[in-house]
Amino acid sequence: MVEEEGFQRYLAHVILWIGIAIVAFPVYLAIVASTQDNAVIANGQMSLLPGGHFLETYYQTLFVGTSGSTREPVLNMMLNSLIMALLIAVGKIAISIISAYAIVYFRFPFRMAIFWTIFITLMLPVEVRIYPTYKIVADLHLLDSYAGLSLPLIASATATLLFRQFFMTVPDELLEASRIDGAGPFRFFWDTLLPLSRTNMAALFVILFILGWNQYLWPLLITTRDDMQTIQVGIRKMITTTDALTEWPVVMATALLAMLPPVFVVVVMQKLFVRGLVETEK
Amino acid sequence: MQKQAIFQSKLLPYALVAPQLAIVLIFFYWPAAQAVIQSFLLQDAFGLSTSFVWFENYLELFKDPAYFAAIVRTFAFSFAIAISSLSFALLLAVMADKPLRGSTLYRTLLIWPYAVAPPVVGVLWVFMLHPSLGVLSRYLRAMGVDWNPLLNGDQAAALIILAAAWKQISYNFLFFLAGLQSIPKSVIEAAAIDGARPMRRFWTVIFPLLSPTIFFLLVINIVYAFFDTFGIIDTMTRGGPGKATETLVYKVYTDGLLGGNLGSSAAQSVILMVIVVVLTGIQFRFVERKVTY
Repeated sequence: MVEEEGFQRYLAHVILWIGIAIVAFPVYLAIVASTQDNAVIANGQMSLLPGGHFLETYYQTLFVGTSGSTREPVLNMMLNSLIMALLIAVGKIAISIISAYAIVYFRFPFRMAIFWTIFITLMLPVEVRIYPTYKIVADLHLLDSYAGLSLPLIASATATLLFRQFFMTVPDELLEASRIDGAGPFRFFWDTLLPLSRTNMAALFVILFILGWNQYLWPLLITTRDDMQTIQVGIRKMITTTDALTEWPVVMATALLAMLPPVFVVVVMQKLFVRGLVETEK
Repeated sequence: MQKQAIFQSKLLPYALVAPQLAIVLIFFYWPAAQAVIQSFLLQDAFGLSTSFVWFENYLELFKDPAYFAAIVRTFAFSFAIAISSLSFALLLAVMADKPLRGSTLYRTLLIWPYAVAPPVVGVLWVFMLHPSLGVLSRYLRAMGVDWNPLLNGDQAAALIILAAAWKQISYNFLFFLAGLQSIPKSVIEAAAIDGARPMRRFWTVIFPLLSPTIFFLLVINIVYAFFDTFGIIDTMTRGGPGKATETLVYKVYTDGLLGGNLGSSAAQSVILMVIVVVLTGIQFRFVERKVTY
């Protein structure tokens, strides 16, 4: 054992708590601001302790929205974000797992060419193909739709790669055994492979859900109708108006509501989250 | 690597890859090809005729001082974000790696910012450091700093770098912690027996063994700073004041919104693609050398 003097250990605790405080401070400030009166905040006189407008602010945020230009309830934005995030996460997993299944368990012409075609998309993030992709989605009449929000983001090289690697580690005996039982490709996939992939799918889902929920550039481009806004886009529009008119308590409440689902997922499913993060980045 | 036990079927495998392949071709390759083709074309002022101009759009870009400035700025931002976030995260990870009471609690309390979306990060930081109503701005002004990121470009840049680094701490912390935990305890014990004090043990034993993780994270952080800072910039400064916080991605976005020169905008996209290819290449070459988490 390496000796750890009392002082060293004490210092470690102190540094960690300072780190946590730095990381948490902006969010603490948002919590405080969301419970205070806007006039006080606008004066620059905000107190560092929570105020008494909690219920009022959150009721307005969720069900009414800002009183300014975009009067859109944040609850509706959250619903849009949720639908988009689920479509992206489930869609990516579904199409990736079946492609990986085809690539690993079948021999067919162009097998590796198809694999590389999927793999190279890793190098085409949405940021480098913004406007041409926008044009295609517009031509397909998918602007302001859930399909338009999710479809162009749904391909996943990393998920395909991950499932391929996992399938390669599944022992061949399993396939032979289920074949003796008379199982075809569908039965084997459904009864054997899918149950074995459950942990991988869950870890991937956690990461992809966060990724989907936090999408910004793409929804910003293709949604024009207020009722199709996701929460990330909605919050930006709230602070567009000239500073004096920004309703900071509502903005801060929206910020907190926007981070609530993904942060909840990270904290509650920490094991899966860490596993997914490490696996998808390899 | 190939499986020995496989299924026989002519059509089924194609049906299985079809959905992914369709999406990839329609929404990835087609637009990327469009961008490449467009980048070699020049449209006249009325959009009536286009002509093939080889690399003229690219040459124009590189001759444009504004574009050159955006390249330099993007790289400067990337390194500033990567280095500040990495060093802070490493400090925290080294502390959390010690056998402390409550270490799982520390981990939980440090990893959640990963889940905060870039535009939300922007909103939080803008509020905290807003020139007229920000809580921290009061203290800055009390200390005699003339704080106004809405007018001062350097301050705006600092604000973006701080906010972007803040978000990335959790990610770096997590990977550093995993890297530290994979270093065999016996190596550190050996150094301790030789009489090396904690600081010396860190710099001569732990830090070199951690270098694969550091390099990996450096690449990831640069990619992050290139692309994921878009949301932070868009909510905090919109590239301003002037162009003080306009990165390459943000420039593609705003130039496209203005709807001006299609060829130039496409050439900018293609240059970004090349940058991604290079960065991903570096990342993969490195991962080949096998890091253990």
